[in-house]
Amino acid sequence: MNNRDSSPSGIVVEHLRKHYVTGGGLFGRARQTVRAIADVSLAIPKGQAVGLVGESGCGKSTVARAVLRLVEPDAGRIVHDGIDVRALSGKALRLYRRRAQLVFQDPYASLNPKRTVRQTLEEPLRVHRMGTPAEIARSVEAAMAEVGLPAESLSRYAYEFSGGQRQRIGIARALILQPDFIVADEPVSALDVSVQAQILQLLKKLQQDRGLSFLFVSHDLGVVRHFCYLTSVMYLGRIVESGPTAQILDDPRHPYTRLLRDSSPVPDPGHRIALVSAAQELPSAANPPPGCAFHPRCPHARDRCRAETPAPQPVAGQARRTVACHFPL
Amino acid sequence: MNRTVSSSACAAESVLDIRGMRTEFLIDGQWHAAVRDLSLTVRRNETLAIVGESGSGKSMTALSVLGLLPAKGARIGAGQVMFEGQDLARLSERQMRRIRGNRIAMVFQEPMTSLNPTMRVGEQIGESLRAHKGVSRAEARRQAVQLLLQVGIPSAQTRLDDYPHQFSGGMRQRVMIAMAIACQPTLLLADEPTTALDVTIQAQVLAVLNELKASQGMSMVFITHNLGAVALIADRVAVMYAGEIVELAPVADLYARPVHPYTEALLAAMPRVDRVNEDLRPIPGGVPSIRALPAGCAYADRCPLKIDRCETEAPRLAPLPGDVEHPVRCFVRNPEMT
Amino acid sequence: MHTLQAVPTAQARFMRFMSRAGLAGWVGLGLLLCITLVAIFAPWIAPHDPLEQSIVNRLLPPSPEFLLGTDSYGRDVLSRIIHGARVSLVVGFLSILIAMTAGTVVGVVSGYVGGRCDQLVMAIVDVMLSFPSLLLGLMVAAVLGASLENLIIAIAITEVAPFVRLARAPTLALKEKEFVEAGRALGFSHARLMSVHILPNLVADILVMGSLWMATAIRTEASLSFIGLGVRPPTATWGGMIREGFENILDAWWLAVFPSLAVLLVVLALNLLGDALRDAVDPKYRKG
Repeated sequence: MNNRDSSPSGIVVEHLRKHYVTGGGLFGRARQTVRAIADVSLAIPKGQAVGLVGESGCGKSTVARAVLRLVEPDAGRIVHDGIDVRALSGKALRLYRRRAQLVFQDPYASLNPKRTVRQTLEEPLRVHRMGTPAEIARSVEAAMAEVGLPAESLSRYAYEFSGGQRQRIGIARALILQPDFIVADEPVSALDVSVQAQILQLLKKLQQDRGLSFLFVSHDLGVVRHFCYLTSVMYLGRIVESGPTAQILDDPRHPYTRLLRDSSPVPDPGHRIALVSAAQELPSAANPPPGCAFHPRCPHARDRCRAETPAPQPVAGQARRTVACHFPL
Repeated sequence: MNRTVSSSACAAESVLDIRGMRTEFLIDGQWHAAVRDLSLTVRRNETLAIVGESGSGKSMTALSVLGLLPAKGARIGAGQVMFEGQDLARLSERQMRRIRGNRIAMVFQEPMTSLNPTMRVGEQIGESLRAHKGVSRAEARRQAVQLLLQVGIPSAQTRLDDYPHQFSGGMRQRVMIAMAIACQPTLLLADEPTTALDVTIQAQVLAVLNELKASQGMSMVFITHNLGAVALIADRVAVMYAGEIVELAPVADLYARPVHPYTEALLAAMPRVDRVNEDLRPIPGGVPSIRALPAGCAYADRCPLKIDRCETEAPRLAPLPGDVEHPVRCFVRNPEMT
Repeated sequence: MHTLQAVPTAQARFMRFMSRAGLAGWVGLGLLLCITLVAIFAPWIAPHDPLEQSIVNRLLPPSPEFLLGTDSYGRDVLSRIIHGARVSLVVGFLSILIAMTAGTVVGVVSGYVGGRCDQLVMAIVDVMLSFPSLLLGLMVAAVLGASLENLIIAIAITEVAPFVRLARAPTLALKEKEFVEAGRALGFSHARLMSVHILPNLVADILVMGSLWMATAIRTEASLSFIGLGVRPPTATWGGMIREGFENILDAWWLAVFPSLAVLLVVLALNLLGDALRDAVDPKYRKG
C-alpha cells in the first residue's frame, strides 16, 4: 500500500504540509513559522484501522484535521476512493463531508450543552436533507441503539451523561450521515480504563459492521496496538516509522519508536524499565533541530543526522514497513 | 539510575495511619460518603499506590488527609488520620498549615494551574522554605537552586528567575516536585502527577520521584488510574472502588495474582503495548453514584461472580488466609469471609 | 444496562434557580413589577391629569389632594411621575433591546470571523467606549433632534459597545470548542454555527447584562431629559421634572426630590434583579 499509484479504494495522503505563521506585525513578537506538519504521507486501506501515534507537539491532531480539511493544508494530496479531496469546494465539499467524520477526544466539550441529544443527532440529517422528519426520527433512534444507549436518552441534555456515555453520543453523531471514513482523535484518552475498553469494543464492532476505515490518533501505544492493524509514528511534523503495528512495536527500527515503546508502562512489575530522570525535552515545532529532528535525543546520532533530514525508506525484507532514519536499528 | 530495591514488609513502621475514615459531601441537603470506612497505613520509605477510576474516591482520600476539602459541604464524617502522633482530622486550620508543605506535601496533576503564573519559580520554591523553616531570602534562594538541580532541571541558577510559562509541562512538574520536597517532608502525596504528561516525559518524572524517595527516605502515596505507571514504581497497591478499598497487596502479588474481581477485570481491560490484545474485556455498566450506593457489595452489579449474599450484605476488607499482607473485600474470592 | 440519573422536573429546576437568586433578587423583581404595573395602568391610577394646568394650584407642597405637591404650572407631581414611568420604562427597555440585539449580532459575527474585520470592529468599539456614554448620547440626540424615537436610538447607541464586547469574548472561546468543530465537520454553514451553536451559549450572560444596563439607560434618559435633549415638554418625564425642580430647589424641594426618588427606585430594582440573575447563572451552579 505504499505505492503512489494508489488503488482507488481507501484513503491516501501524500506529502501533507501545514505551517502556521505567528507573531510579526507592528507590535507582535518576532515572526515564527511553526511547522505543525512538515511532510506526512499515509495510506489507509479500505476498511482498516491505521494508527497515528506521537507525543504532544508532534502534529498528529493537526494531521487529523487536515485530512478532513477542517484545517486547510498548505500542500499535499488527499485522495479518498479516487476523489481528490483538496480539489473540492462549496457544495461538493459539503457533500463529501458525509463520507468522512471526526470523533473527538474531550467528551465534555464535544457536545453542545444547550441541545438535547435528539437535536444533536437530528441536525446533521436535517441540514443534509436526508429523509422526512419521520425517517430522521427513526434513524436517530436506530443510532442510539447502535451505540448502546437507551432511547430515552434522546430527550436529555449532555450534562446528564457520564464521559463514556457522551463519547457514545459523539460516535453516534459521527456515524449518523453514514460515512465510510472516521478520523478518531484520541477518542478514549479522557476515559477511565474500564470505559475505554467499552468504547474500543464499540468502535471495533462498528468498524466490522459498517466496513469503516479509521485513522486512529493516539498517544497510547497499548490502545493503538489493540485497535490498529497498521501504525505510523510521528515526531515533530514527520512520520519517522510506519508499518504493521505489532511489528513496529515488537521490533522498532527507529530510535524514537523504541524510546516510545520502552517508556510506555506495562502492567507487570517484573518488567520494570530503567527509568532515566535526565530531562530531555520535546523540541518546539517553531524551532526544530536541523537535519533529523530527533538527533538531540538520539543515542546513535552521527554527523549525517545533524545535516540531512532522512526520508522514509522501505525496510528490507518486510512488507509495508518504512523508516525515516539514516542508521535504522 | 535504577530504582532501589523495594522496602520489605518487615520495616513496618508506619508514617501515616488512616483508620476508618469517612469523607462526606452535602448534596441536596443530605450527607453522602465519597470515601467509606477507609483504613490504610503508609510505611516509612515506601511507595503506596492508590489505584481507582473516576468516582473511586482516591483523590478525595488525599485531600482529606491534608484537610484540603472545600470548606462548605464537605467533611470528614468519621475516623482518624494519625500522623506523627496527631489526628490530622481533629486539627485546626492553623495547625494543618504548619504541616502542609512541611511534613506532608502534595503534588497535583496540572502544574500550570498549581503554580502561580505571576511568580518566579525560585520565589515559589523559596516561599515554602521561608514560611516553614524561617530561612532568609538569600538562603532560600540558595536552597532553591539545589532543589532544582535535585529534580534534574538543567541551568538551575538561571532558571530560578523564570516564570512557570517558560517551562514545558514536564519541567513544570519537576518544579512542583521541588516545591513539595523543599522542607524535606516525611510524606509526599502525588495525585496523578504524570497523567497530563507525555509518555516519555512521564518516565522521566517517575524516575525523579523514585530518586527523591531513595535519597530523602520519604514515603510516597501515588494516586493514579494508570496501572502501568503503578507497576513501575509502587511497593504496595491499594485498589479503590466506589469509595472503598477492595484489595491491598504488594505490587508483585497484585499483578501476578489479582484476587478481587474488580482488580482482575481492570487488568483484563487494559490494552498492553507488549502483546496482542485480542481478549480485551470491558467491564459492563458503570460506577454507582454516591447518592445511590447499593446495600450490599458496591461492585455486585458488574461482577460475573456475584452470589445472592453480595447483594444484601456488604463485605468487609479482610486478609486472605495465611497472607496478612493481602486483604480483599469479597465474599466469593476471600475464603475468610464465607 | 446504562442507568441515567433521575431528571429533575422543569418545576424543580425553576425553584432551585429562584432560590439561588436570593431575597434581594425577589425584592428587585417585585419592585420592578410594581413599577411596570403602575406605568401600564397609569391613566387609571394617576389621581389627576398630568397635563392639566392650574394657576391657582401652582407650587403647592404635598397635601392630601396633591400627594406629592404641584409644579410651577399647577400640575400634580404624583400623576406626572406615574405617567413619567411610562416614558422611562419604554425608553429603557427598547433602547436596551436594540443595543443588545445589535451588539450581540456584531459581537458574535466579529468574533467568529476574526482577522482584520474583527480588529476593525474592536477598534470602533474601543473608540465608542472611550466616550463618556452621556456625551455620546448627547451628540447623537443633538444631531437627531429631541423626540421619543430619537432618544431611544441615541441611548441604544451609547449602550451597544459593551454588548459587542460581551458577545465577542465567549464567541472567541466557543468557536474553538469541539462541538463547533463537529458542526463544521458535519457541513453546517457558518450562519448555523453562529446562531444555533454559539449564540445560545452566551445568551444567559447577555440577558443578565441587559437587565443591569437597563438601569443605566434609564439614568441616561433622565440625564438627557434633564439637559433638554429628551422628550419634549409638556410630556411628563422624570428627567424633565428634575430639571424644572432644579430651578426651584430652594423653594419647592418636592419638585426635584420625588422624581429623583422615582429614578432611584427603578435603578435599584433593576440592579437588585440584575445582580441576582448574575448570581443565579453563575457557572458554579451549572452542571457538567
